[in-house]
Formats: sequence, C-alpha cells, structure tokens
Amino acid sequence: MRQLRRNRAAMLALGVIVLIVTACLLAPFYAHVIAHENPFASNITGTIRLNGKTVNVLQANTQGLGYGVTPIGPTWHFSNYFLGADDQGRDVFARLLYGGRSSLYIGASSAVICVAVAAIAGVAAGYFGGAVDWIVSRIFDIIWAFPVYLLAISLSVILETNGINFLFIHIEQGSLTIPILIIASVFIPYVGRPLRGIVLSLKEREFIQAAIGSGASDFHILRKEILPNVAPTIIVFFPLMVAFNMLTESALSFLGIGVQAPQASWGTIINDGLGLLYTRPLVGIMPGLMIVLTAGALNVLGDGFRDAFDPKAKLRGSI
Amino acid sequence: MTGLMSMKRVGALLSSFAVCALGVAAITASTPAGAATGYQKQHAGGTVKLLASTAAGTLDPQVNYTLQYWQLYQATYDGLVSFQKVAGAASFDVVPDLATAMPKVTDNGKTYTFVLRKGIKFSNGKTVTVNDVLSSMQRLFKVSNPNAGSWYNVIVGGAACLTKPATCTLKGGVVVNAATNTVVFNLTAPDAEFLDQLAVPFGSILPSTAPSKDAGDTPLPGTGAYEFKSYNPNTGLVMVRNPYFKVWSAAAQPQGYPNEIDMTFGSTVESEVTAVENGQADWVFDPLPSDRLQQLSTKYASQLHVNTLTADWYLPMNTNLAPFNNLKARQALNYAIDKNAAVSLFGGKLLATPTCTILPPGFPGFVQSCLYNKGTSSTYAGPDLAKAKALVTASGTAGMKVGLVVTNDPVNEAVGQYVLSVLNSIGYKATLKPQSANIQFNYIQNTKNKVQISLTQWYQDYPAASDFLKVLLSCSQFHPGNDNSINIAGFCNKTIDAQMNQAEALELTNQTAANKIWGQVDQALMKQAPWVPLFNPKQIDFIGKRVGNYQFSRQFYMYVDQLWVK
Repeated sequence: MRQLRRNRAAMLALGVIVLIVTACLLAPFYAHVIAHENPFASNITGTIRLNGKTVNVLQANTQGLGYGVTPIGPTWHFSNYFLGADDQGRDVFARLLYGGRSSLYIGASSAVICVAVAAIAGVAAGYFGGAVDWIVSRIFDIIWAFPVYLLAISLSVILETNGINFLFIHIEQGSLTIPILIIASVFIPYVGRPLRGIVLSLKEREFIQAAIGSGASDFHILRKEILPNVAPTIIVFFPLMVAFNMLTESALSFLGIGVQAPQASWGTIINDGLGLLYTRPLVGIMPGLMIVLTAGALNVLGDGFRDAFDPKAKLRGSI
Repeated sequence: MTGLMSMKRVGALLSSFAVCALGVAAITASTPAGAATGYQKQHAGGTVKLLASTAAGTLDPQVNYTLQYWQLYQATYDGLVSFQKVAGAASFDVVPDLATAMPKVTDNGKTYTFVLRKGIKFSNGKTVTVNDVLSSMQRLFKVSNPNAGSWYNVIVGGAACLTKPATCTLKGGVVVNAATNTVVFNLTAPDAEFLDQLAVPFGSILPSTAPSKDAGDTPLPGTGAYEFKSYNPNTGLVMVRNPYFKVWSAAAQPQGYPNEIDMTFGSTVESEVTAVENGQADWVFDPLPSDRLQQLSTKYASQLHVNTLTADWYLPMNTNLAPFNNLKARQALNYAIDKNAAVSLFGGKLLATPTCTILPPGFPGFVQSCLYNKGTSSTYAGPDLAKAKALVTASGTAGMKVGLVVTNDPVNEAVGQYVLSVLNSIGYKATLKPQSANIQFNYIQNTKNKVQISLTQWYQDYPAASDFLKVLLSCSQFHPGNDNSINIAGFCNKTIDAQMNQAEALELTNQTAANKIWGQVDQALMKQAPWVPLFNPKQIDFIGKRVGNYQFSRQFYMYVDQLWVK
C-alpha cells in the first residue's frame, strides 16, 4: 500500500474516481433538491425561468422556413439546466449524474461477478487439473471463440427482449441485472485463463509440494497457499475489469440493448446526443468525456495496483 | 397505407356510376405528370438515388401496404384503372389504365364491364390478357391481401375465397371473355368505392404465372414504365426501364425520366440527410430528424418541399389485452398524452397539427371535436393528467406492465420515449421496444406478438372516410394471428360496424347524409378510444440540388419517376 501511495498518477486517478463516484451518488440530491427536475420524465412543453424570463425548454426555430424544434442549450446556471436539455426536454446534467450511477454500478457489479467467478473457476481448473481443468478450459474456449462485443450484443438482444426466465431465476426485461450478467459472463475467460496459468505454475513450486507432502487438505492448500499468491493478481484485475465492463456497457447501451429507457447510462445519453449533434453537441460529448475520464482513471489506478502488488504481471496483454 | 404508410378516395357520389366515373376523369383539366409541357426528352436519363433507413418488407404489390413501396409501384404496376398521375388535387381522380375506358356500370351499380387494352406487355415480354386480370383478382385472396375481407369481398365469390383462399375462383364474380377482351365484375352489392379500390396497387394486374403466395423479395413483372431489377432488403432495390413499355395513356402511366431508380437501405437518417446535402443522393424517404430541420429550413430551403397530407400519427391500443382491454385505461391515456409534445418532436407546429379524431381535417365526415381534452373546447387544448390518473385508478390497471412498440428511426423513437414517460407518469410500468421499420408494421398487427400498444401512421389510400374508419377499426379487418390485420387495435363493435355499413350504402345516393353518419362513427369510435390520435403530419420532401421537376400527388406523393437528374 505504501508503494501505491507513492504513485502520484495512481493517487490522482483514485481522486478522480472518488470525485466522479461521489458526484454520481449525489444525483438524486441534485435532481430533486437543487434542479427540481425529474430526469426520467419528458418535459417537452415545459418552461423554465432564466434571467427573469420564462423560456421554453424546447424552442421552435424562428429562422428560414421556421421548421424544427431545438432543446435549450447549456444555461451554465448550476440549478437550472446547467448543460441544457435533450430532445425530451430532460435536464442533461441530472441525467449525466444518474447515467454515471448506472454505468459505474454495472461496471463495478459485473467486475465483481466476473472476477469472482473467474477466480473460482481458474483456480479450481489449475489446482485440480484432470476433468475439472478440461471442462473449465473448454467452457473458456467456447466463450473465447466469440468476439466479445458480438457475443454481448447477441445475448443482450435475446435477454433484453424477453428477460430471463430460467428455472427459479426470473429477471424482468429492462432490469440492470441483465447487462450486469451478460458483461460479467463474456469477460470471465479473460480473467480466468491467466489465473489458471498462475495456479498451474504455483502448483509446481516447492512450498505447495511440501504442503501436499505433509498431508494438508486441498481446502487448506487453496486457502493458505494458493489464494494469498493469487490475490494480488485478482486485485490488479479488478479496476481494469471495471473499466472494460463500463466501456462494454456504454457500447451496449448506445446500441439500445443495454440500459433501457427511461433509465440512463452514459451510453444511452450518447445515443440521445447523436440526434442532437448539429444543434446541441454537448449532449453527446459530455457523457463521452465522462467515460474517457473514468476509464482512463481506472486504467491508471489498475497500473498502480499492478506496480504495487504484482510488478511481474503482464495482465494488460492478456485482455 | 401505413407509415411506412396507407391510402383511399370517395368514389361514387352520383346515382349513375358510369356517369360518375367518367365525370371524375373528365372534370379535371389537369395535365399528366411529366407532360406539363409535354415529355421533355432532354431530361431523360441518369440515375435517381433514393435513400431509406430500412426496407419496407415484401415487394409483392398485392401484399405490401406501405407508402415507401406504393410510391414506387406507381411507376412499375398498373391496374385496370388508376389514379391520375398529375400534381395536386386532380391526382385523386380515377382514370382508365389497362382498360380502354372507364367501365360501363350496370345492374344498379353491381356490374362493372371493362375492356382490356390490347398489345400491352409485362416486363417479362408476355402480353397482358384477360386471364391475367382474373388470376390477379383471385390472387388477392390467395396471398391474404390485407383488405381482401373489407374491399374485395364485395365481388361475387369473394366470401368463398375468404373461407378457402387456396381454391379461390371468384366464379361468377369476375367473368372474362378473351374473344371480346372484356372483364366483367359482378358485385354482391353496389360499392361506391370499388373503382378506387381497383386503382390502388393492390389492384395491380400481374402475370397469371405469379405465385399464389406472397412473392416476398422476388420482384414480380409489371406493366409500368419501370421494372424491379433487383431487391435485397438488407441493401437496396433497383428499378430500370421496362423494355416493353410504350405510353398508352400519359394520364395513367406516363413515360419516366431517369433510366434507373435506386433505393438504398441501411444508413441512419442523419447520414441520409447529409448525403442529400452533399449531392450524393437525391431524396430521403424517412421522416427528417428534428435536429436537422433548423439547418435545412435555413440553408437548404429551396430543396425542401412541404405538402399537406390526409394522414394520422396514432397509438393503437390492443383492446383485447390488459391493460387496454379496459375502456377506462384507454381513455386515461387519451387524456394523458400531450399532443403538442408529439407535434414538437415531429418538427413543430408548421409541420403537424394536433388531432383528436380519427378522420383528418377536411376529410368527408370530419367533425371538429375533442373528447379527451383539458376543458370543453372542440379544438385541442392540452392534456388532463389528473383525470387520466383518476381513470387509471378506477380501471384497476395501475402498476401493470406495458410494452410500447415503435420503429427505430429518430422521430418515431423520440415520440415513443415521450409516450413511455407519460405511461409511467400515470401509473404503468412501461418499456420501449424499438424495431426496424422493415418488420414493425407487420409485427404490431399480429396478435401472436401480444403487442399492447404501438406507434404507427396511416396515410389515406383514397379520400374516403371508410378508409380510416372501416379499414382500420371494423370487425372485418381484425384477423387474429395474422401479419395482415390492419385493425391493429383489434377493435370490434357490431353496432358501430352496422353504422359504417349504413354510411357506406348511403354514399351511393346521398353523400351528405353518408358523411354525417361517418362523422357520428368517428365520434362513437373515439368514445371507445381504441386509439390515441396524435397529430396530422405534413409531408416534407428533401431533394437533391440537381433534381428537377418535383411533382407532388396528393394521392401517392412525390412521383419518383418524374424527377429530372439530367
């Protein structure tokens, strides 16, 4: 930890992440207490008070032939459509904060699931070998055989349309759990395989052989010998996976098969902004900037973790 | 016709059908399209490049019910009669096409006798015969034409064909005589709109060898100035000149100008607009994104053409499925939707007008009224959310899940997002289901898909009240489990059906009285609220800088084959 604290870039990245997470957690406070807007409800015919005047949130064009309606642009008033409105008349800044909550929640949750499942499967495959290794490796191979985005898109199209109804598992269409599970699933081999390799290597080391020779149980060896040696790698993986998963979520949501309307994520807001590129480009640019900033910070933090906990690892090339 | 769109016209107004039909054609002094100053050969040639974000389903003219392809069918297929190819209101007039003249109408309007022109060939080189006419009429039933049960079932034998389409003969209903080249239609009852129904693309005459099922992606030979050379729903379609075409009536089927007409699919609407701006394409089919209208109306004003339409954007609610099988739930949504919001999303008040009725303004039978309104005004004043929420509570449907199916172009999706927001605000748990326009229109019709509510459009087939009220909301137009069930709401009310039949019968003798009943039908339907009517749109055509001779038919909109690109 001391080495991590000495890494200024990693600390700066951590500060950025903390700032973004805090801002996003305060989204309801901003929307309801400061801006007094519901960021999930359309406000097409609404008006706001700006500089003492009543202004339409969506404004009719008055130039040329007069066709078209354009949402209000950034007011730069923190409490009043700070970044302007989208085509539904919703406060873009409030949606940006709510969108960040969804993106970070999905990114982090899917990373937890992905890393946990990958760690169990990878360690089990590497340690037990034989049939366990064969089965786990073939499952990894099958998932790995598909391009990540193609697999994620295919699963999303099916599951977002119908929800998940399998045995006792019932997840409604539109639930955030669906993109979380999909994204976690498609990345499992990318974490599991390197962990399996590490365990295979550890298994041949003398201290493991000694533990086996002394009659220690598998559970004891896994808990006391293997896991402590694999943990640094897992810790290094985590922020990287959060970044990857967040990017994947944004891509899926941009395509309309991740987070579903009227909920927001940075990906859906970019999609909203796509239709406003000519008149209100900030609607699409701001969530893009937030994704770049967050993913960049997570990557720098991940590098910091690697340097601190696992300096010999070459994880980036494996993903 | 639907929003990928639909169409119709008030035909018979006089007691004598023959006089009526001939009169309608004669009254108009308009000049055929492309012949405003005669056919101008110097403009012939080149390729017109049209853009659409998606294909519009089957290419079969007897099945497809979309404006996207009906606009193209004008140049590729002919019926015995057709709508006059001119600009303006005269485009509603029916003129002889493959028939030598308007039919002789006898037997109190129950028999129509046509004489087929001689020497006309299909684009495959085969000569058009009376047997082709007979097989084309039989085929309407064999391919489950969307309106077989409400339009063409008036032909003697039509009822049997509806029951057993595969063995449809229309025996006694369509009688042909190869020696005299005549085709006689015998109807079970006089029908004031029969000629209109023959003049739309469903009435196209196809070779008798055409398959007895939906031809799908396979182009069928026609008699128009152009033929479909290829069709790939993923990439586009190509129309080229029909090598066997010679002008027999410029009013019915004029010679076209471009050598080739291409329609390319797959781009976003934004990209399509940019392509036309850059001179890389000549026309955009899809509704123009609101974001671009400001730029277009200032920088490209000379390339924009805006025309009034008789059309509706509306939300059909499935009256057989919860929550909208409950009248109060349907009425609640009618109260809750702010039609001005939908108008804004379409492009503003200059491009659309909020509507509270099924019939568009100015249509036969139209009565200005607004049942679900803020206040008691007969014109739309705004939503009444309090009343809407009270109705949802009273209906006991609060908290139910509602799926809204829309097409995935920017304008439809934006309106869908707004409706989703309204549904959530009055107590439902709504989800938006955007789909490609290539499949959405048929998807929402099929009851197997359990669509609760959708967003769609209807563009008149011909200017008759029945085309909105009977076609879209009569019992005969509801076909459970079928992709061609144009009564999307699945609404069926025998009393209102009887009123419709009464109005239709009256059209033969007293159009004014008939219109009055159509108006009452409209009101009665709105009391049952199977739809939420949103607005009456205007048509915005954005054409390339190089394009000349833009002509707008009120019947079939822009004539793609009359455009000059040379």
